[in-house]
Amino acid sequence: MSELTEIRWHARAGQGAVTAAKLVAETAMYEDRYMQAMPEYGPERTGAPLKAFTRISDQPIEVCNNIENPGIVVVLDETLLSSIDVLEGIEPDGAVIVNTTEPPEEMRKIMKAPDTVTVATVDASGIALDTIKRDIPNTPIVGALVKVRPIVGRESVDGQLLKTFGKKFAQEMIDANLESVQRAYEEVLIDG
Amino acid sequence: MATQTTVSETGNSFVATAYRQVAPEALFAYPITPQTTIVEEFARYVANGKVKTEYVTVESEHSAMSACIGSAAAGARTMTATSSQGLAYMWEELPIAAGLRLPIVMVNTNRAIGAPINIHCDHSDVMAARDLGWVILFAENAQEAYDHTIMAIRIAEENDLPVMPSLDGFITTHSISRGEIMDDETVTKFVGVHQPKHSMLDSDNPTMVGGFSTLGNTYMNIKKALRDAIDASLPSIKSIGDEWAAQTGRSFDHVETFGMEDADEAILVLGSAAGNVRAVTRKLRGEGRKVGMVKLRTYRPFPAAELADVLKGCKSVAVLDRSDSYGAIAGPLAIDTMAALFKAGVDVKVRPYIYGLGGADVKLEFIESVYDDLADLSDGGLNPGLTYLGI
Repeated sequence: MSELTEIRWHARAGQGAVTAAKLVAETAMYEDRYMQAMPEYGPERTGAPLKAFTRISDQPIEVCNNIENPGIVVVLDETLLSSIDVLEGIEPDGAVIVNTTEPPEEMRKIMKAPDTVTVATVDASGIALDTIKRDIPNTPIVGALVKVRPIVGRESVDGQLLKTFGKKFAQEMIDANLESVQRAYEEVLIDG
Repeated sequence: MATQTTVSETGNSFVATAYRQVAPEALFAYPITPQTTIVEEFARYVANGKVKTEYVTVESEHSAMSACIGSAAAGARTMTATSSQGLAYMWEELPIAAGLRLPIVMVNTNRAIGAPINIHCDHSDVMAARDLGWVILFAENAQEAYDHTIMAIRIAEENDLPVMPSLDGFITTHSISRGEIMDDETVTKFVGVHQPKHSMLDSDNPTMVGGFSTLGNTYMNIKKALRDAIDASLPSIKSIGDEWAAQTGRSFDHVETFGMEDADEAILVLGSAAGNVRAVTRKLRGEGRKVGMVKLRTYRPFPAAELADVLKGCKSVAVLDRSDSYGAIAGPLAIDTMAALFKAGVDVKVRPYIYGLGGADVKLEFIESVYDDLADLSDGGLNPGLTYLGI
């Protein structure tokens, strides 16, 4: 992966999109690579639509403009689909991962995704409720992301989570997060 | 032995770490977006006993700078940080800090000035403070902001000048990136112990601070001394930058370039957009175009001779300003550049642009279009003068 990887996150404020953008970025740094993670600053009210961005590269990252042509789009809240074109500017061979109970074929129709774009779905909220006991889909969806596009190593995600959580959380909580990543990694459905 | 740790933090967190490591004796601050997280994080360091700084939460930026002036005149190593309307509200006090030759260090997080209200990046705030006798540095990224903040202490105290290291609001202050943090001990040693040349609290050697000077030439003599001091700080900033580079392995130059060895067309820029310009320059050079980019890290004092020397082989140069000087022929950086080229007798065509006001995105295709404009200008095309990029 010598090229620049650009990810755009769509969520509602409170769902942890910035944390997810940061987790993926820091996992890249865990692999001694370069990264950038930034939220788009707008109205910060719980429930308001927001975007966040992650860049990953083997080389130091120079550019700092908005990501307009992401290779990967992650949607943490499917209710955004009715009001936001989440695929805007996506690379022709890009991938979109949606937190939903619907199958990817159904999501492809709803989003009108071109055939060249990979569509993946995972019930990240359900997995989060089962494991972490709260509807915070941001950690599990990273497991689905690395299955769809191995931009960072699967083990590195666990490694970075342990590094982040290790200092301040109980073992039970750490295990729940690790389990949520593994389940999303296994359960994600991929079309194309 | 200097040891560095690789971290991923926001730009403001890099700056707050530099503040903690510098550990000023006094800090007076009022929060304003996007500076807030610097003074917030530093307040936590104070509350947790990581630093022994006297931290005063003042009631306004005007008070922040007033308190800084009093504190620095008393001989304490003094810092603050601000942005935008906050810097504007301090304006009355800024030339006083410089006129009294007080070594205050204040990071500015570059943000638009109203109206309309806008919290995002441009250089309207810092540029409106450019002629007041403050040393002004521009950081491209969080790493440079960290390095400049540490260097600023030495620059201020060795030149008896206030110093304003700046970083771009949100783009640099709030995005998380990878960088290196120096060990505390090396920073402590690098900044040393502040030995004020004068202190108002030194009753054995009484001094007058803030006196009247309305008759005769005293006022003008003091202003001439300020002019001489900021001019003389140019080599001093470079040697302090070199000394820090010897610890970090990261070089420092007033004027930094990419592809300028054989460039026919060049773009000059300040701050975070330099990365975008370099990326486009790299791409076009890969396609065989003779293009180059130049960024300044030191803006005041203006490295005029060095800049003219770098640009002298070009046919045409675009100067990108992230603020306008309304009613003037161009933005402030372009005016400075034209003057520097004229003074050095360098005949290069200059096309001024205004870009990125209020956080307007600096799209890579905008930068590519600037190089196309320059190619036309080099071929004898007309220079339309000041252009708002992307509008």
